[in-house]
Amino acid sequence: MMSIPAPIDTPSLIETPPLIEAPPLIEAQAVSLSRDGTLLLDSIDLSLSDREIVTIVGPNGAGKTTLLRVLMGLDAPNSGRVRRRPGLRLGYVPQRLHVDPILPLTVDAFLGLSGNRDKAATQAALVQVGMDSHAKSQVCRLSGGELQRVVLARALLRRPHLLLLDEPTQGVDVGGMAELYRLIGEIRRDRGCAVLMVSHDLHVVMGATDRVVCLNRHVCCTGHPHDVSRDPRYQSLFGREVAGQVAVYTHHHDHVHGPDGQCVVPDKGDENRDRA
Amino acid sequence: MFLEDFVVRAVVAGLGVALVGGPLGCFIVWRRMAYFGDTMAHAALLGVALGLLLHVPTSGAIVLVGVALAGMMTLLLRQGRWGSDTLLGIFSHTALALGLVALSLMETVRVDLMGYLFGDILAVTPENLMWVWGGGIIVLAVLVVLWRPMLSATVHADLAAAEGVPVQAMQFALMLLIAVVVAAAMNIVGILLVTSLLVIPAAAARPFVSTPGHMAVVASGIGSMAVVGGILASVQWDTPTGPSIVVTAFSLFMASLLIGAARRSR
Repeated sequence: MMSIPAPIDTPSLIETPPLIEAPPLIEAQAVSLSRDGTLLLDSIDLSLSDREIVTIVGPNGAGKTTLLRVLMGLDAPNSGRVRRRPGLRLGYVPQRLHVDPILPLTVDAFLGLSGNRDKAATQAALVQVGMDSHAKSQVCRLSGGELQRVVLARALLRRPHLLLLDEPTQGVDVGGMAELYRLIGEIRRDRGCAVLMVSHDLHVVMGATDRVVCLNRHVCCTGHPHDVSRDPRYQSLFGREVAGQVAVYTHHHDHVHGPDGQCVVPDKGDENRDRA
Repeated sequence: MFLEDFVVRAVVAGLGVALVGGPLGCFIVWRRMAYFGDTMAHAALLGVALGLLLHVPTSGAIVLVGVALAGMMTLLLRQGRWGSDTLLGIFSHTALALGLVALSLMETVRVDLMGYLFGDILAVTPENLMWVWGGGIIVLAVLVVLWRPMLSATVHADLAAAEGVPVQAMQFALMLLIAVVVAAAMNIVGILLVTSLLVIPAAAARPFVSTPGHMAVVASGIGSMAVVGGILASVQWDTPTGPSIVVTAFSLFMASLLIGAARRSR
């Protein structure tokens, strides 16, 4: 068996394609989970390779968060198995993080909870997410978008091979959304980690991901965002109208960006023009 | 009269509880476990009865009963059929009632019920002192060692679990520590008032601090002031000691509110 490639922690200029023989970072095989007689996940197959950005979309109650939890090992499946590459480090950004004002917690102290207290690394993570001026701020005073970035910084401090983000743009305004997806693409490029995220913002996320998994308890369809948005199963799940808008949008971006996913979201100027 | 032996012993015992009550009380406040602490305290009376019945040290019996209760509630909570407030409402009062019934059945043993319920700090024996300081130092040491994972599990359980923190074990450890401190502090303020010595100083510390560690230290300080002030007041005006300590703690809390408001308006 060939050796597992070392995680890339430093920015790399050369985009190395995932090695065919390398085992997936994480792999779900026929994973099913039911709770109180309700089937939440039905025979899910999913695998993620190095440096890949995969987005799970699906209606409410489709089991998106449950699938993330099973992949992380927070919940055990009733059947099937989840295989994680040995030594896999995960960075997790949960859906909604609320810090009670009774708990005094500066951003610095919050980041220290990751277990990585290295000052330079903390500073670098804050700079990357654009929150370096908030190191001494109280976490409970941050806005939704700011808090999301701080949680992302904490995930980065784990030096993850795989970032898992559960609806990272919830409570973030439209401008902030595009910016967040741009940041996620930049993080993948700089740190060489794979990204698995759950999203509701279909039309925005389509341009920011290599692969889409359309989930409704089972995997409805999966593939390149361009193909998935035209898939009848996807269109029936979200309604033709919504799906149609997505198709137009992704088509437009296919012209702007190469299929390698190097630059995942257009820069802010492009984004604003698109919206106008 | 302030330097009599029993007063000195009372102050030393009270300071032991206040010291460990600072950080532990902070966790109780942060995790919204005040009512849970009350339930553990009420269960202590059942522990006393069991200890007398089985001729084992009451402190040990209190910890055992507390842990058994915590385990049972965790199991029931996990079923998700009842809210935690309902379960606590059931167990808190049942534990107290069971303890009272069990004590009343033991005709041969005379117990100072008021002492258990409201504390009798002025009757603290050297053996009590040993329990308070011994137990207190162990609890403090455990809190220092588990500080980061326990705090992480408090801020966000799933995030902590994803980072490898054994969240369930942390919760159980915290329950165990509460049981130990309740057992140690029972003589001082009594089981009906013991959680106030944990909760009030932590709440009073909040306006003065900006980090969790700082809050724990300030809470210990405020608890110590409440203990010393309350004991001196009770000796001076011949009031019951446990309640005097709680009232002192409450006045410090009110003062912290005023100081906090004054700071914000500046």
